[in-house]
Amino acid sequence: MSDPAKKLSVEIYSDRVVTTLVMFSVIWAVIGMLAGVYIAAEMVWPALNFDQSWLSFGRLRTFHTNVVIFGFGVSALMGTAYYSVQRTSHVRLYASNLAWFTCWAWQIAILAGGISLLMGLTTSKEYAELEWPFDIAITLVWVCFAIVFFGTIAKRRIKQIYISNWFYGGLIIVIAMLHIVNNLALPVTLTKSYSLYAGAQDAIVQWWYGHNAVGFLLTGGFLGMMYYFLPKQAERPIWSYKLSIVAFWAFTYSYIWAGPHHLHFNAIPEWVQNLGMVMSLVLLAPSWASMVNGIMTVSSAWEKLRSDPSLKFIVLALAFYGLATFEGPMLAIKSVNIISHFTEWTIGHVHSGALGWNAMITYGTFYFLVPRLVGGNLYSVKLANLHFWLALAGTILYIVALWGAGVSQGVLWLSLDDLGELRYSFNEVMAAMKPYYLLRLVAGILFFIGTLLMIYNFSKTIVGRRTIAVRPPIESLAVA
Amino acid sequence: MNGVQLHQVLEKNIGLLIFGILFVSAIGGLVQVLPSLFQESLKTASPNTKVYSPLELVGRDIYIREGCSTCHSQQIRPLVAEVERYGTYSRAGEFVYDRPFLWGSKRTGPDLHRIGGKYSNEWHRIHFINPRDVVHNSIMPAYPWLAERAANQDGDIKNKLHVLVKLGHPYTDDDIESSGSMLEGQSELDALIAYMQVLGTAYAKGDQ
Repeated sequence: MSDPAKKLSVEIYSDRVVTTLVMFSVIWAVIGMLAGVYIAAEMVWPALNFDQSWLSFGRLRTFHTNVVIFGFGVSALMGTAYYSVQRTSHVRLYASNLAWFTCWAWQIAILAGGISLLMGLTTSKEYAELEWPFDIAITLVWVCFAIVFFGTIAKRRIKQIYISNWFYGGLIIVIAMLHIVNNLALPVTLTKSYSLYAGAQDAIVQWWYGHNAVGFLLTGGFLGMMYYFLPKQAERPIWSYKLSIVAFWAFTYSYIWAGPHHLHFNAIPEWVQNLGMVMSLVLLAPSWASMVNGIMTVSSAWEKLRSDPSLKFIVLALAFYGLATFEGPMLAIKSVNIISHFTEWTIGHVHSGALGWNAMITYGTFYFLVPRLVGGNLYSVKLANLHFWLALAGTILYIVALWGAGVSQGVLWLSLDDLGELRYSFNEVMAAMKPYYLLRLVAGILFFIGTLLMIYNFSKTIVGRRTIAVRPPIESLAVA
Repeated sequence: MNGVQLHQVLEKNIGLLIFGILFVSAIGGLVQVLPSLFQESLKTASPNTKVYSPLELVGRDIYIREGCSTCHSQQIRPLVAEVERYGTYSRAGEFVYDRPFLWGSKRTGPDLHRIGGKYSNEWHRIHFINPRDVVHNSIMPAYPWLAERAANQDGDIKNKLHVLVKLGHPYTDDDIESSGSMLEGQSELDALIAYMQVLGTAYAKGDQ
């Protein structure tokens, strides 16, 4: 009853759910990255599989990607969406109890889903591995997420819907569409189903989903985060409003076409591949438009980069975003793809996005958010700076290691001698991967240690504190 | 009304904004993905492509369960080196009974689309129990538990076939009736090997 907000009996933002989501996100980051480090070690020392089914690479790899993307990533997106939509609408979350439901139901789904993957319950469709009961549960939570988010916008006290909300909105709508269509299946039992699509058609639908899960979740969703938190931290308005409009709609239109570059030279119609390639190249423009917008926004606030670790993370994230969204279209060119397809290059590319962009922008945002949520100072700026360097070193080492591995694989596999015979056996090429795999493991460990420093820093920051009550600006209350 | 003014309408009306996003993002899928779902050639079986036998089907589902497709592709591209290494390139018609498709996206290990008949059952048996017994530097996990589990352990083979019939796979009532007995006495390892041996056999070695 001593809650100061209640005494004033005015509306406050529902921020406790944000704090909870941020905490869960960090916990999933630790669990998911630990699994990532472990499977990286398994690739060097296969004895680490210990002949245990749940610990074997094939199962743990799926656990790693799901926990990182849907545990760490989506919890972060949900938390930051709830935080920013209230502040850009000057209104408390619509149906905040429903927001609590989305928070807990999502965590339970990730926990149970993660365990089910370790048990071998999987559809095997990448990033859509969870079996049908989970697919239904996820759909329900997602609909509730949409109700809370769009409900909040519907009762906003500010006329204009801010840019970050377009991107978060795009995330919610497009992921719903992709998830439902791609997961259509007939159940055999509670834990097994067969896809409604077969063979080549299944492949086309899957990569329409798979590529755009990357597009609208890992790119668009996190751009929402960028458009709100970067201007906040830089204390500058977004550089170009018009560029944001063009970037958003061009992005939403063109991303969806790029999926077939995952199927170059595979048994699907050639026009689908070629269209996928062209649209992947087109995609470079809207992708970079948002990067330019972000960088230019910070450009008059460079001095902050010296003192503010969270802004450092976000600016570096934009740099890696630029790298990954340049590399992506290049890999989508068929003549490059001949070499890169099926190699470690793809894994390196994914991680330049996942570590360099998604994780870093989330870390930057969390370093900004956590102290503010609990009304204190970050426990240690020094540790945060150390985290920054570990994350940077880990990411660069990871990318470089897998460039080396991937280009070697791609070129050596295709290499023919003067008689037109294969120059290297598969085994010889695989054996040559060992140093790269070792380097990648070191990179993963560096990145992981950084994440551990962050969770320690946060736990020291929030210990003994609670989420503080924040009210919408008075003048907007008066308007209502 | 110029573009910015038009957008100011959108960004003040959440219903319009939601509709706009849905519309704009759906176009690509409708033009590029939807036609493929109606393309007959993508769902017409190649001449020698047959539905999986109950044992092969169980083997395939084990392949899915153990995440084999995270490290092995089943897709040979029409490139000289690739055809030389793995066999004739993959055709869409070979995959019409594959739910889901298992083309994979990564070759930590070699492609498996034409693995059928390349090695003996005995080789596979030793290899699955401990890959390093036959390939000294292999980094593949060992799968000893497959030998200890019965292929009909889950007891759902009839259900599986019923569902596949609904999806258009040509199993007869006899096939379904006899499916239980076909798994009798077989281990999961036997099932997985049966699946390995049928993979890619729709095209004989010399076929181009």
